[in-house]
Amino acid sequence: MAITRDEVANLARLSRMSLSSAELDALAPQLEAILGAVARVAEVAAADIPPTSHAVPLTNVFRADVTRPSLPVADVLAGAPAAEEGRFRVPRILDPEE
Amino acid sequence: MKGTRLHMTDVSGISTPVESARTDDVVRLTAAATAAAIAAGELSAEEATLAALDRIAKVDDAVHAFLHVDAEGALATARAVDARRAAGERLGPLAGVPLALKDVFTARGMPTTCGSRILEGWRPPYDATVVSRLRAADVVILGKVNMDEFAMGSSTENSAYGPTRNPWDLTRIPGGSSGGSAAAVAAFEAPLSIGTDTGGSIRQPAAVCGLVGVKPTYGGVSRYGLVAFSSSLDQAGPITRTVADAALLHAAIAGHDPLDSTSVELPVPPVVEAAARRDIRGMRVGVVRELAGEGYDPGVQAAFDAAVAELAGLGAEVVEVSCPHFTYAMAAYYLIAPSECSSNLARFDAMRFGLRAGDDGRAGAEEVMSRTRDVGFGAEVKRRVMLGTYALSSGYYDAYYGQAQKVRTLISRDFAAAYEQADVLVSPTTPTPAFPIGDKVDDPVAMYLSDLCTIPSNLAGGPAMSLPSGLVAGLPVGIQIMAPAFADDRLYLVGGALEAALDARRGHALLDEAPTL
Repeated sequence: MAITRDEVANLARLSRMSLSSAELDALAPQLEAILGAVARVAEVAAADIPPTSHAVPLTNVFRADVTRPSLPVADVLAGAPAAEEGRFRVPRILDPEE
Repeated sequence: MKGTRLHMTDVSGISTPVESARTDDVVRLTAAATAAAIAAGELSAEEATLAALDRIAKVDDAVHAFLHVDAEGALATARAVDARRAAGERLGPLAGVPLALKDVFTARGMPTTCGSRILEGWRPPYDATVVSRLRAADVVILGKVNMDEFAMGSSTENSAYGPTRNPWDLTRIPGGSSGGSAAAVAAFEAPLSIGTDTGGSIRQPAAVCGLVGVKPTYGGVSRYGLVAFSSSLDQAGPITRTVADAALLHAAIAGHDPLDSTSVELPVPPVVEAAARRDIRGMRVGVVRELAGEGYDPGVQAAFDAAVAELAGLGAEVVEVSCPHFTYAMAAYYLIAPSECSSNLARFDAMRFGLRAGDDGRAGAEEVMSRTRDVGFGAEVKRRVMLGTYALSSGYYDAYYGQAQKVRTLISRDFAAAYEQADVLVSPTTPTPAFPIGDKVDDPVAMYLSDLCTIPSNLAGGPAMSLPSGLVAGLPVGIQIMAPAFADDRLYLVGGALEAALDARRGHALLDEAPTL
C-alpha cells in the first residue's frame, strides 16, 4: 500500500490545506501505515452484502414548511473573520488574470 | 450552610451526616445527593456551585480539564435555582447540580473551540439542543472542558490547548476524546459531564478515569449544536461517578428533537427506574469471544472476569457469543469516520466563522482557505481529512469506503445474532489502562487500538456503557455493557446491579481510592 509524496500533496490540495514540505514528508509514511491497517476490510467476503450508511434506517424526514425567525444578523456576523454592511466580507473569489 | 448539620442522602439511600460545610465534602457528593440536598434546603445551589469553582481553582492547574470557566453564568443559574426554591417551586431532579460541558457543543455566552485553533475565540450564536435541555433542567453549566481536536483521538493530547491529565496519575492520559469531561468528574471538579462518543470517546475516558460513561442509542440524543465529526456515528451522553447519576443526566438530555432529522421519535427508555431496580436474575449476559486475547492486558482481563463472575452471582445467566466481524470493526471505522469528517470539516473555510489566516488583500479565497486550514488544524485532523479524501476518491471508493459500509452491515448482523442468545453483551471497555502522555502521539495506528472494543456499538448504533471493573497497578479499568438499539434501560439495569455488587465487595466506590489532588 505504497503512497507517494506526490499523492499526499494531491490529497492536501483536494483537502484545501497548504501543507509544508516537512508536513508532507511526515504524513506520507503515517498515511501509508494507516491505509495498511484499514485495508484489512478487503479480507471480508462481502460482494452480496448491502452497504450500511446509517445505523437508523430513516428516509425523507419532513417538517412543516413554516417560516420562523432566523438568528439575528449581528449575532452571526459577530463570529465572522470579517464583515461589512451586514454581510460576510471574504477574499476575492475570481482570479484578476482571467 | 456553615454550622448546620446536614443530612445528605447518597444514591443507595444511606443517610450520611456531614458536620461541616467544607468544600471537599460538597464536591464529593453525587449529582443525585447534591440535588436532594438542594431540594431539601440543606445546601444551596450557589454553595454547590461555589464549591465546584473552588475545586477547579485548586486542582485544574494540575489536571487541565477546563478550557473555559463561566463562573458568572454558573452562579447566576445557581442563584436563580435558589430563588425559585425559596418561592416554593418544585425543582427537577438535577436542579442546581454543576456540570462540565465538552467543548464540542455550542452554548451561548461561552466560546466553542472543539479543541481547535481554527475556532479559537468563536462564540456561537445559538445553544445546542443538549444545552437547551440542560438549561431547562436547571443544571449549572460551569464551563467548557478539553477534548481531542474535533473529537479525533483517544488521549486528549490532540487538543490545540494542551493535554488534560488523568487525576489517578498526572503523567498519564485521561482517555479521549472526552478526556476533559472524564478528568473533571474524576477530579471532583463537577459531578456531571456531557461527552460525545463517535468510536468510544465517552466510554474509553470513563474507563481509564474510573467513571460511568454511556453512549446512548444513535438517534436517542439530539446532535443539533454538536459540532459534527462523523455524523452517522456521533452521539452525546453522560459521564458521571455513579450509574444513577448517569441515568438522571441521560433522561435530561434524551428525546426527539425536530432540529435533528436523525433524532428518533420514540419515548426515552426508562433509564432512571432501571438504574434503581438492581434485579438481574435470569438475564442473559453474552461475553463476546472476539473482544479478548492478544493485546489485552492480563489485569484488564482479570478485572473483567471478576465482574462477569459477579454478574453470575447476581443470578444472570452468562453465555459466550461470537461476533466474527468485530475484528474488522476498527478497519471499517477508520475508513467511515475519516470519510465523513473530510466532508464535515469542509465547513471550516475561513469565510463565515473562526480563524482566517493569510488574508493579505492579494490572496484569493481558496488560497486563504488553504492557508487557514494548514495553520488551524492539528496533525490528527489533517491525517483524517486526507485519509477520508483518499477513501472517497474515485477509483478507491468501492475498495475502501464502500467495502467498509458492507462490513458495517455484517457487524450489525453479528449484533443481531448475538442478541438472539443474550439480553446484553459484555467486554472489557479498553484493552489496557491509561498509557503515559506522549507514548503514542507519533504512532496513530497504536493509538487507534484504544477503541477496539467500543467501535462496534457506534457502527451498529446500539447503546453501550462503561462501568469501573477494578484497578490494574493502581489504574482504573472498565467493563463495557452493550444492548440492542433503544434498549438503553438494560445498560442501567445491569450496570446498577453490578455497580452495587462491586462497591459492596470492595466496601467503597472505586473512586474513593483515587489520589487526593
